[in-house]
Amino acid sequence: MRTIATGLFAAAALAAGAAAQAPNPADWPAVLEAAKGQEVHWHAWGGSATINDYIAWAAAEAGRRHGFSVVHVPLADTADAVSRVIAERAAGRDSGGAVDLIWINGENFAEMKEQGLLFGPWAESLPNWSLVDPVANPAVAFDFTIPTEGYEAPWDMAQIVFFHDSARLPEPPRSIPALLDWAKANPGRFAYPQPPDFLGSTFLKQALIALTPDRARLQAPVDESDYEAATAPLWAWLDALTPHLWRGGAAWPQSGPRLIQLLADGETEIAFSFNPNEAANAVANFQLPESVRSFVLEEGSIGNANFLAIPYNAGDAAAAMVLANFLMSPEAQARKQDPAIWGGMTVLAMDRLSAEDRARFDGFARGEASLPPEALGPILPEPHPSWMVRLEEDWAKRYGSAR
Amino acid sequence: MVTAAAGRASRLPPLAPALTVALLLLPVSAGFLGVAAPSLGYMPALGGERLSALPFRELFAWPDLPRAVALSVLVGLAATAISLLAVMLIVAGWRGSRAFRALERALSPLLSVPHAAAAFGLAFLIAPSGWIARALSPWATGWERPPDLLIVQDPWGLSLILGLVAKEIPFLFLMTLAALPQAQPAKSEAVARALGYAPLTGWFKTVFPRVYRQIRLPVLAVLAYSMSVVDMAIILGPSAPPPLSVQVVRWMNDPDLSLRFRAAAGAMLQLGLVAAALLFWFGLEKAVAALGRRWVEGGGRGGGAMEGWLRLLGLALAALSAGAVFAGLGGLAIWSFAGLWPFPDALPEGPTLRSWMRHGPALAAPMAETLLIAAAATALSLFLTIACLEAESRHGLAPSGRALWLLYLPLIVPQVAFLTGLQTLALAAGLDGGRGAVIAAHALFVLPYVFLSLAGPWREWDARQALVARTLGAGPGRALFAVRLPMLLRPALTAAAVGFAASVGQYLPTLLIGGGAVRTVTTEAVALAAGGDRRAIAIWSLAQTAAALAPFLAAALIPRIAWRNRAGLRDG
Repeated sequence: MRTIATGLFAAAALAAGAAAQAPNPADWPAVLEAAKGQEVHWHAWGGSATINDYIAWAAAEAGRRHGFSVVHVPLADTADAVSRVIAERAAGRDSGGAVDLIWINGENFAEMKEQGLLFGPWAESLPNWSLVDPVANPAVAFDFTIPTEGYEAPWDMAQIVFFHDSARLPEPPRSIPALLDWAKANPGRFAYPQPPDFLGSTFLKQALIALTPDRARLQAPVDESDYEAATAPLWAWLDALTPHLWRGGAAWPQSGPRLIQLLADGETEIAFSFNPNEAANAVANFQLPESVRSFVLEEGSIGNANFLAIPYNAGDAAAAMVLANFLMSPEAQARKQDPAIWGGMTVLAMDRLSAEDRARFDGFARGEASLPPEALGPILPEPHPSWMVRLEEDWAKRYGSAR
Repeated sequence: MVTAAAGRASRLPPLAPALTVALLLLPVSAGFLGVAAPSLGYMPALGGERLSALPFRELFAWPDLPRAVALSVLVGLAATAISLLAVMLIVAGWRGSRAFRALERALSPLLSVPHAAAAFGLAFLIAPSGWIARALSPWATGWERPPDLLIVQDPWGLSLILGLVAKEIPFLFLMTLAALPQAQPAKSEAVARALGYAPLTGWFKTVFPRVYRQIRLPVLAVLAYSMSVVDMAIILGPSAPPPLSVQVVRWMNDPDLSLRFRAAAGAMLQLGLVAAALLFWFGLEKAVAALGRRWVEGGGRGGGAMEGWLRLLGLALAALSAGAVFAGLGGLAIWSFAGLWPFPDALPEGPTLRSWMRHGPALAAPMAETLLIAAAATALSLFLTIACLEAESRHGLAPSGRALWLLYLPLIVPQVAFLTGLQTLALAAGLDGGRGAVIAAHALFVLPYVFLSLAGPWREWDARQALVARTLGAGPGRALFAVRLPMLLRPALTAAAVGFAASVGQYLPTLLIGGGAVRTVTTEAVALAAGGDRRAIAIWSLAQTAAALAPFLAAALIPRIAWRNRAGLRDG
């Protein structure tokens, strides 16, 4: 038994810092050459048939054009891919790893980068990086305020969008304070997922930004600010809201998609999502009635980018980079933005595209359920990730336990 | 007989149990170490370089720990006790009746529904916006909108207990059916009735002790499972706080990697908790045995109104559990064809084939992979189990249950924590990423179920049959294949079916050991379930059910055909 343990963990100890064999991202022709014949295992959340269909298209197209194959590994939780990489490091598998590309952002990225579990920098060497504009759209280079430094490539923009069934609720509340008044008048008809669910925590941050006295402070790490003063209005607001929530706050939706079920079942009146096109997709899937409409809050809505990262030991890093580059191409980005396909917003800067490529983004037929990109209003930047950690801890103490 | 057999039995070494343990020792201890080490702060891959008590200190500092622990224990004990009681009442009170035969026929589909799908179906049934409420609204209830009632996810875990009972009654019922022939109830019942005992009382006084001895391991497995369940608990159980097992998964899946140490400490506590509950159950067994002995010696003949009520209670519990699972299954089938389905419509708009057209073509390849892996893992487990049990009886070894307790660790330690170490071992040995590795990993979780399903009936088998065979000149091999296995055909097939279903249901081992390259209906189903589209969930859950169904049907039908001219064996 002791020998097993020694073997396992000695291997793990050796692993730290070992470099993976991967081509130099700056030498793009060499990357293209190395990619040939590889097999990319792309670990990506697989909860949406709509998105899975897009991934299948992109995988087939990129593979066909560049001579490699792509396998979509659908995940219930990004943590499963992280687990795999950690186990590989523990076993000393510092090259030839099974995870080649991960759909990732936020805290998962911050942790993996911090632990040295990512390959890179590579993203800023991609040919299509020239089509994004990190100055005009900092979200593509700052993931929850953490500089990406080329360790991940942006491929989708997300923004909190609310939706309601206009047949039942013609006029929804359009600000955080108005939401509280509405909930008091309509007890039990609003819910948000239980933090630390990603969407639930985002809702807390959305409310925090709307209520905090000085928004700029949220961009710095939490211990550099007066946390109590910054969050006091949020807790007061939540204390007032909780008794009027769905089930009076005694039970919580366990995930973001559960909000759509609750709205569909008539249990709640308002739902929200990180995908601005969610409502239209749900209508197309028969999940929601055609009378559903989207809206955004007057304070603006939290937005961020989603990224693609390559683990430090990826076996097929070259093809993973080529796939990421393809996903950032105007063709793939335009297809992704088509509401009939997925409706995910592009990361590309329109003024950096050729006229021909710009035209790809025009003239999408859009259902009434979703808002067009220009109607989504101002994007609020994510607070520094340390805020989310503290908010989640305090939320759990206040509302996440038996009272 | 032991000495006589020793020479010729050498082809099957007495080492079979030892070999099995040796084969399992490495992966199980790797899995265990992968939990134990980080629970003590040691995990170099995440920067934990030295031992520390911090993970446990943090765990015990979690204010909801007592409640989470209490939930796990209460849900586990309640679900186990209710399921066992229901099965015993139905077998004692209704054997030979039409209701009993109907339940027997319903068994295969009931068992094939995966736990998560059953939970999903049940939630849709009993929620305030669920099927029952829809059927009664608005004409009977006056509800135009679903009421804001806390039914699913109630803080006491009642919905969770209901869900577990609905799934565990069929399991224990199946185990009991496989065990009954060895208990030869007909003779005892005849004697008891001749002596004037009422049917229920007579059964409990004469047959129950012999049946319980055989189904004891499955009952303990139900207890361990009910305490550690995650997928069902996320859907039906309370969430603030959840049972301990769910909290362990939450910590494990948190992006903050330092929480994985606390998750490991929670997993160790979970292990201790299950061990403590098992000890408590052993005590309960002793107490019931002592009381029961006095009750038997008292000589009361029973009967009266009480017995009638108990029979009705058994039937009601069984019908309720079967009804809940079947209604859930029906709900899934309807969802798979549903268009829009708003409250309070009792049926959806549609029907439409669109969901099937979208997901159907993608079903074939994962289905073939699922069946192949399950068949291989089950065959391997069945072979090892029979080798162990046969070696045990040929060489007169003590029941290997005690030596093989290790085998049950994979069932008890929360899977998400256990797999870290297992995965590390597989990677270090270069055994990962392929179908073979996934089959081996599945076998680790299938073997305990096959063993606990078969061990009781195998050991209770009347060994004088072998003596007769040997007297007639049959070698030990022939005695096994011509007498013992045919007589134990039903428990063997049952064990295989249970193992097969266990393999079909594996999500994390398939995903993590397979490195994502091996895709089964379950990996697809769980990933899609994360998106909450009930139509997609329904189709993939039905696919999972279909994958597990065939072996259960075979276990029910083959003995009937094979034994059509063996009246004595059909005594069940």
